[in-house]
Amino acid sequence: MFEANLLITSLTVFVLAIFIGYEVITKVPPTLHTPLMSGSNAISGIVIVGALLVAGKAEGLPGQILGAIAVGLAMINVVGGFMVTDRMLKMFRRSGQK
Amino acid sequence: METTHLFGVNGMNITNAAYIVAAILFIVGLKQLGSPATARNGNRMSALAMLVAIVATVVGNDIASWEFILGGAIVGSAIGAYSARKVQMTSMPQLVAIFNGFGGAASAVIAAGELIRLIDEGEVIAEDVSITIMASVIVGGVTLTGSFIAYGKLQGLVPTRPLLLPIRNVINVALLIGMVASSAWLVIDPSITAFLIAGAIALALGILVVIPIGGADMPVVIALLNSYSGIAGAATGFVLGNNMLIIAGSLVGASGLILTRIMTKAMNRSLMNVMLGGFGVEDGASASGDEETRPVTSIQAEDAATMLAYAQSVIFVPGYGLAVAQAQHQVRELADLLKEKGISVRYAIHPVAGRMPGHMNVLLAEANVPYDELKDLDEINGEFQRTDVAVVIGANDVTNPSARTDKSSPIYGMPILNVDQAQSVIMMKRGMSAGFAGVQNELFFLDKTQMLFGDAKDSVEKITAEVKAL
Repeated sequence: MFEANLLITSLTVFVLAIFIGYEVITKVPPTLHTPLMSGSNAISGIVIVGALLVAGKAEGLPGQILGAIAVGLAMINVVGGFMVTDRMLKMFRRSGQK
Repeated sequence: METTHLFGVNGMNITNAAYIVAAILFIVGLKQLGSPATARNGNRMSALAMLVAIVATVVGNDIASWEFILGGAIVGSAIGAYSARKVQMTSMPQLVAIFNGFGGAASAVIAAGELIRLIDEGEVIAEDVSITIMASVIVGGVTLTGSFIAYGKLQGLVPTRPLLLPIRNVINVALLIGMVASSAWLVIDPSITAFLIAGAIALALGILVVIPIGGADMPVVIALLNSYSGIAGAATGFVLGNNMLIIAGSLVGASGLILTRIMTKAMNRSLMNVMLGGFGVEDGASASGDEETRPVTSIQAEDAATMLAYAQSVIFVPGYGLAVAQAQHQVRELADLLKEKGISVRYAIHPVAGRMPGHMNVLLAEANVPYDELKDLDEINGEFQRTDVAVVIGANDVTNPSARTDKSSPIYGMPILNVDQAQSVIMMKRGMSAGFAGVQNELFFLDKTQMLFGDAKDSVEKITAEVKAL
């Protein structure tokens, strides 16, 4: 029975998070839609957490290699995504501001 | 507390508390993206959230083998940092596309790793676990190849015209049946073979879904794949029973879906219509049938300079042609000159200007255009009638007034910038060719419209020189 409860808990979190995401993100102005995309790209790098868990638990070589690949792929998203978003946002300035 | 997959619970209270902190930081970070003034801080907050989540995960779990993880992390970070520094702003869509692909791949690989672990440990894999593994590999696989095809189209490696295979419907139906069958197999009897077959079908499906979509529709595709990469992350969260992944993945999924809807609305197309592809194929053929014979008024740079210098208000309407000509900096120089003369200058940005949502804003920000001069469709459309001169540079379909009136036009109903309501219009263009939609722009033939033919960068430079000389 615990398994079913876990799935329901996960679904609850999922649905609530979608609603929060919808509310917060509809307020992002069109001017910032590209940084929003690259920034959310970086956030989807959160699979790094899953990659770490899988890599950390792996005992055989295939599991370890898969874990390392997953960590690498996720880190491209995390590091690249946040850095490129910062690079873009740095360029946005107000009139008269240097 | 013992469960078949231990990750989410297992009494790791500190880790879970840290995950809540990270989730809050992600949400506040996204909220701060609501204004250009706080956006940079918001992005840093999201990055901090990621750091908290990573540290909490490493500290709260026994990590058996460090070498592989560290190796993967170093290589991945180096690739990410290098591409973030080197990428040109015109190539942002490609970068986002390829990052999406990596995110999808990571989800699929994690699902594979988890399946191998469960099989190795000889556990009975419950159906809810195998369902989530199935979802993770399918969404991840489609995201991976779909993103790479989108990247190829944006980069010009894959033909940008819609590719329609003659028997594509047969292939698509066969693949869909194969996917349903292999997913069912994977759920009922989780094995590596079933996983690999489902994964291979997902990869093929990703290619076939994006291949028929035309280059002009890429903004929609990128936004949709962005959403998939988030959903893939959330699916991975279900596989591992980890709320951190579910929350962050859902935020990204919601963001991508919202952007997808904004883009399809701006093109007046349904998502279904975009996905079925082939837009503009038939239209292009029929438009070439009737040659345009109506006269247009054309002017030289010095006349344009006079018009601008004696105006009180000017709106620039940039399209992707501006970015292709790399004329952003020249336009900003001209705008600065006009502002010195006390002329009000603004930029009207259509949602589909550029190759991804918001792309034009970034290109102009890079050229030091202040963000408060960048106006979106709703903000600026009422202003055109009070504007002396509208200067259209490299934009076409989004200024075509027949979108409002001509029911037979393929762009009928598409929201457009009301350029035709300005007192006069300068249209910079290379020639009389039609836009993406393959229809002639009625704006060209209005009495108030002056055509300035030639390369955008050249023309703007000449106008700037003339304005200085006045």
